[in-house]
Amino acid sequence: MGYTLNFSAVWRSFDQLLLGLALSLGLAFVAIAIGCVLGLITAFGLLSKRGMLRHPARIYVTIIRNTPILVLVLFTFFALPQLGIRLGKIESFVATLALYSGAYLAEVFRGGLLAVPNGLKEAGLAIGLTQSQIRNSIVMPLMLRNVLPSLSSTLISLFKDTSLAAAIAVPELTFEARKINVETFRVIETWIVASCLYVATCSVLAALLRQLERRMSIPR
Amino acid sequence: MTGNLLEIRDLHKRYGDVEVLKGVDCTMAQGDVISIIGSSGSGKTTMLRCINMLEEFQGGSIRIDGEEIGYETSGGTRRRKKEKEIARQRAMTGMAFQQFNLFPHMSAAENVMLGLVKVKGMRRDEARALAEKWLDRVGLAERRDRYPGQLSGGQQQRVAIARAIAMNPKLMLFDEVTSALDPELVNEVLQVIKDLARDGMSMLLVTHEMRFAYEVSSRVIFMNQGRIGEEGNPREMFHKPQTERLAEFLKTSTFN
Repeated sequence: MGYTLNFSAVWRSFDQLLLGLALSLGLAFVAIAIGCVLGLITAFGLLSKRGMLRHPARIYVTIIRNTPILVLVLFTFFALPQLGIRLGKIESFVATLALYSGAYLAEVFRGGLLAVPNGLKEAGLAIGLTQSQIRNSIVMPLMLRNVLPSLSSTLISLFKDTSLAAAIAVPELTFEARKINVETFRVIETWIVASCLYVATCSVLAALLRQLERRMSIPR
Repeated sequence: MTGNLLEIRDLHKRYGDVEVLKGVDCTMAQGDVISIIGSSGSGKTTMLRCINMLEEFQGGSIRIDGEEIGYETSGGTRRRKKEKEIARQRAMTGMAFQQFNLFPHMSAAENVMLGLVKVKGMRRDEARALAEKWLDRVGLAERRDRYPGQLSGGQQQRVAIARAIAMNPKLMLFDEVTSALDPELVNEVLQVIKDLARDGMSMLLVTHEMRFAYEVSSRVIFMNQGRIGEEGNPREMFHKPQTERLAEFLKTSTFN
């Protein structure tokens, strides 16, 4: 082949990649934070005895989970303005990822809620706690511990999904990498460096979540 | 006011089409220790769970200290009381469960403290002191900072009893509290219950421990197919059963 790797062009633009990474993290953080709230509300909706709450939650989860995220990103950015809803690139992507993560996290949280034994809720009732006290002191803390292992893999995949923002020219890591690729023609080097940044970030995220899991684990 | 601690009148409970309680009447005075025995499916646990509204019931009434539990009737319609009101009424009774049901993410002391802080509105240090007192009473002073997963079944059940008793209930409900325990752990739990009975705690126990029911109860109720089949003092009940069903039940049970 005779190809010699030469990273110097990529290093010159490394700051740009780091700025992109920072934006990726920012997008993921805001979207997932909103998604967690949305997911939690939806999870309670999915488990509600009232159809008025359960059906909308189920419809939301079904639609979002069965649509490719790239389609959602493009729809929100290109189609919604036609309907009179005009969002900036970043707002549009954050809204999409928040909706998307809400649907996925709803299923994760639902599983975690179901895994809390009914007997514990009864024990709470028996000492005179109200439903909301039981939810806050017993159900939620246990649900969180139940979901942490699967939550971390969901969070990591949601972080990686920020790369789809490149499709609507949000200057996050993948977009910046593509720009450097086009400007320098250092295709292999650029994508190697970008991949390394993703791997490193995800590894750090995974380690942080594992540590949280350990700290919250119940002594036995 | 009749002066009874507990007064159950014509209690009916249905699960769909199946009627599990077909008109149960029962009164209980302060300090009574009543054991409810009977084969599985006879409705004994269901009756206990109606008393603190863990089960809804469709007919009849339950009163504790004269106060109607769970439902109110106005203008001829029977309505479930508000959730807050029911929560307050539930705190009048304490309950220990077959499966202990300790909160796994809290230490023994925190399990006992939760109700004291959230329901009774105690300060944490007060609640802590009271929790330690009761854990000491059930012989677990040294284990107060252990988590349920670090305790044996018998120890967990004693914590669960301490958690209920610390709330200072008027009446304790015990739902087959030794059924999930290894045989060698049964006695430590029964001893705690005996001590409470001696201190004058009013209690209603669903149990399969016939020897224990015989020793500890002031009265025994035999449930049969959703009704009270027979009741009386333990001596008469166990030695001279009046009905054939009870005689048969006692033959197949572990009392001898």
